[in-house]
Amino acid sequence: MRKRIIIIGATSAMAERCARLWLAEGPADFVLVGRDLAKTERVAMDLRVRDPKAGIRALAADFRDPAGIRALADCLWSQGAPDLVLIAHGLLPDQQACQIDLSSCEEALLVNGVSPALFAEAFAGHMERTGGGTLVLIGSIAGDRGRKTNYVYGAGKGLLTRYAQGLQHRLAATGVAVVLILPGPTDTPMTAHLKGQGGLGMADVDAVARAIVAGVAKKLPVCYVPGKWAVIMMVIRHLPRFIFNKLNI
Amino acid sequence: MMKVTSWGRLGSLEHEVCFLSDRTGVPAQVRAPPGGQAPGVCYGMGRSYGDVCLNPGGLLWNTAGLNRFIGFDADTGVLTCEAGVLLRDIQRLFIPRGFMVPVNPGTQIITVGGAIANDVHGKNHHRHGSFGDHVLRIRLARTDGSVADCGPDLLPELFAATVGGIGLTGVIIEADIRLRRVAGPWLDTELIAFENLGEFFRLSDASEAGFEHTVSWIDCVSWGGGRGIFMRGNPAVAGAGAGRALPRAGWFAVPFVPPVSLINGLSLRLFNMLYYGMKKRTTGPSLSHYEPFFCPLDNVLEWNRIYGPRGFFQYQSVIAREHGLEATQAMLGEIARSGNGSFLAVLKTFGDRQGPGMMSFPRPGVTLALDFPNKGASTQRLFERLDAIVREANGRLYLAKDARMSRDLLESGYPRLAEFLKHRDPGISSAMSRRLMGG
Ligand SMILES: Cc1cc2nc3c(=O)[nH]c(=O)nc-3n(C[C@H](O)[C@H](O)[C@H](O)COP(=O)(O)OP(=O)(O)OC[C@H]3O[C@@H](n4cnc5c(N)ncnc54)[C@H](O)[C@@H]3O)c2cc1C
Ligand SMILES: NC(=O)c1ccc[n+]([C@@H]2O[C@H](COP(=O)([O-])OP(=O)(O)OC[C@H]3O[C@@H](n4cnc5c(N)ncnc54)[C@H](OP(=O)(O)O)[C@@H]3O)[C@@H](O)[C@H]2O)c1
Repeated sequence: MRKRIIIIGATSAMAERCARLWLAEGPADFVLVGRDLAKTERVAMDLRVRDPKAGIRALAADFRDPAGIRALADCLWSQGAPDLVLIAHGLLPDQQACQIDLSSCEEALLVNGVSPALFAEAFAGHMERTGGGTLVLIGSIAGDRGRKTNYVYGAGKGLLTRYAQGLQHRLAATGVAVVLILPGPTDTPMTAHLKGQGGLGMADVDAVARAIVAGVAKKLPVCYVPGKWAVIMMVIRHLPRFIFNKLNI
Repeated sequence: MMKVTSWGRLGSLEHEVCFLSDRTGVPAQVRAPPGGQAPGVCYGMGRSYGDVCLNPGGLLWNTAGLNRFIGFDADTGVLTCEAGVLLRDIQRLFIPRGFMVPVNPGTQIITVGGAIANDVHGKNHHRHGSFGDHVLRIRLARTDGSVADCGPDLLPELFAATVGGIGLTGVIIEADIRLRRVAGPWLDTELIAFENLGEFFRLSDASEAGFEHTVSWIDCVSWGGGRGIFMRGNPAVAGAGAGRALPRAGWFAVPFVPPVSLINGLSLRLFNMLYYGMKKRTTGPSLSHYEPFFCPLDNVLEWNRIYGPRGFFQYQSVIAREHGLEATQAMLGEIARSGNGSFLAVLKTFGDRQGPGMMSFPRPGVTLALDFPNKGASTQRLFERLDAIVREANGRLYLAKDARMSRDLLESGYPRLAEFLKHRDPGISSAMSRRLMGG
């Protein structure tokens, strides 16, 4: 059976690696959605070389336009129900800049939280009606607890955690699976400027993609990648405030 | 700033690293700032042993994110891809489709850009030349902001400077490479034990016409050195190996830096097992998968750590055939006397052709490569004695492996150096270029 896969934020390094893995697993057709058509098309070209028989389309969309998001989901749906929708876009802002400039703060909250939630909502309605498919959201471990160094990003990502929980509750009785991926620091263009700053090492993006693909195949409701973060974040979430507030993280 | 090292792990030095990931953005990213000079150099997978891919205190353009394929023409076998694509990824994708990378060095975990910039060679040099012989077009970003396409028929001088040009002519963004047709992943291979260098040369001469791949491991220590194992092979016919299990994809990494060099003890035992095994029975041809045949160590990730915290050197020379026997004998003698080299060396004859690049390493003759744990001054003195033999025989050393040769050895080994220097990009500089080319 040919899989139909839609990827929103398809130029993300994580999403691109996942697409390569899905393509290697078996026949699949992709719709890749990005904010920059030429860049999205470059991802499509690569996938076409990897599998000349795959149908691969690249589209551009406005990620902040609710009506446009609705129209895109409707249009894609009318062409056939996908097996998988991955919503991958995100933006790692400079926390300090967000504290000073509220429009940076707004953008980070919108791109990490509101925009992916709107895409998820738009697809969830269709999935609920057909009763099948897998909806995958990429959140972040940063959404598990607000920290002074990163809470604007964390708040956007935390919105996705809550949104995914709600969708899982709503769709529990259907055949629809909602998978929330929570990556730890990963070596991608998003974090390139942070490399070499010491601290915890970054995971290899290929390894992260393999873990995402495995988690999606198992339809895990929540999937920390790499898996160790499930334990670390459990501890961090439960640290008493008087200890947590002393930590410089 | 972050610490970066090359395969020899001779030092871990601070670099300003710029990660390239979008090919259309490369020209703007590598453009030199107006007025200010901040020369950089490319870093692929850092599989070079010395300082060719390093620029301590300065800028490195890391190309690993340029890993996209761009196009493939199944009629001609021409692949267009970004410069950070790994040879391993090309092989794994295309061998099942009947095409492979025409030239495979001893590791596949290298980038297309690195393969071009060092004009790498493999076991089939006598048949198919070096990597640059299969490159049809290179798109190069220069630090003045311009982009140039070059190839054997398009700006051929810039092309010849860039192939083997150790990254000094510009940043390779993408390339067209002609892949070769193959029936499958298997090779018919044969191992033959030999007792001395004379036998090695006789075996090479007898094998080059009939075998696409030839290479030898040679013992540099026991019995004055010179015994070895000659390996030769040809692509197996279609259908060979059907039903055979592929080599396991499981990787295991050397997880820590052992305190002392372990390699000699290990390889000695392995070698003796093979050697005496072969002496006992004449092994007929057998079927090998291309991965362990081309890159026996790729499954041992980070085996370079085995040499310990001081790192190691690799010394690779090429010497014309007329001096080959004598000079190789002399080098093996020096190495055995020093008690310093690794136990095994790789020995191979190159085919009768000049490289496509002005600074290409391969030339007609015989090439010897081996590792030396870094033991400081005694290692350097040994290298000087080896250099003297190479210089005397009009030979050259491989820049991809070098971390210490002198300027005059570069000049005597690479007669097209002056011609090459004219094509340098003034915004590019590496530790090696400063050491050997005055800037
Ligand atoms: C186990 C092992 C076995 C090996 N066997 C062989 C062998 O059999 N034959 C052989 O020829 N070599 C061999 N080598 C050496 C290796 O193939 C070369 O050093 C190769 O060039 C490494 O590629 P890289 O991608 O790691 O590049 P790096 O080592 O990172 O860089 C090499 C050079 O390429 C330049 N460069 C990289 N990318 C670009 C770009 N996009 N644009 C411009 N310049 C660029 C760098 O500036 C540098 O000068 C071996 C190495 C190892 C570790
Ligand atoms: N890397 C990490 O350490 C890490 C950790 C936890 C979670 N994550 C999450 O993982 C997901 C994938 O990220 P990645 O690591 O693969 O990073 P990436 O390669 O930098 O990808 C980021 C993606 O988000 C898109 N994007 C950025 N700003 C946008 C905007 N304003 N509007 C619309 N789209 C925008 C990018 O589009 P363009 O290509 O057009 O710029 C790109 O598709 C993100 O949701 C990220 O938050 C990453």
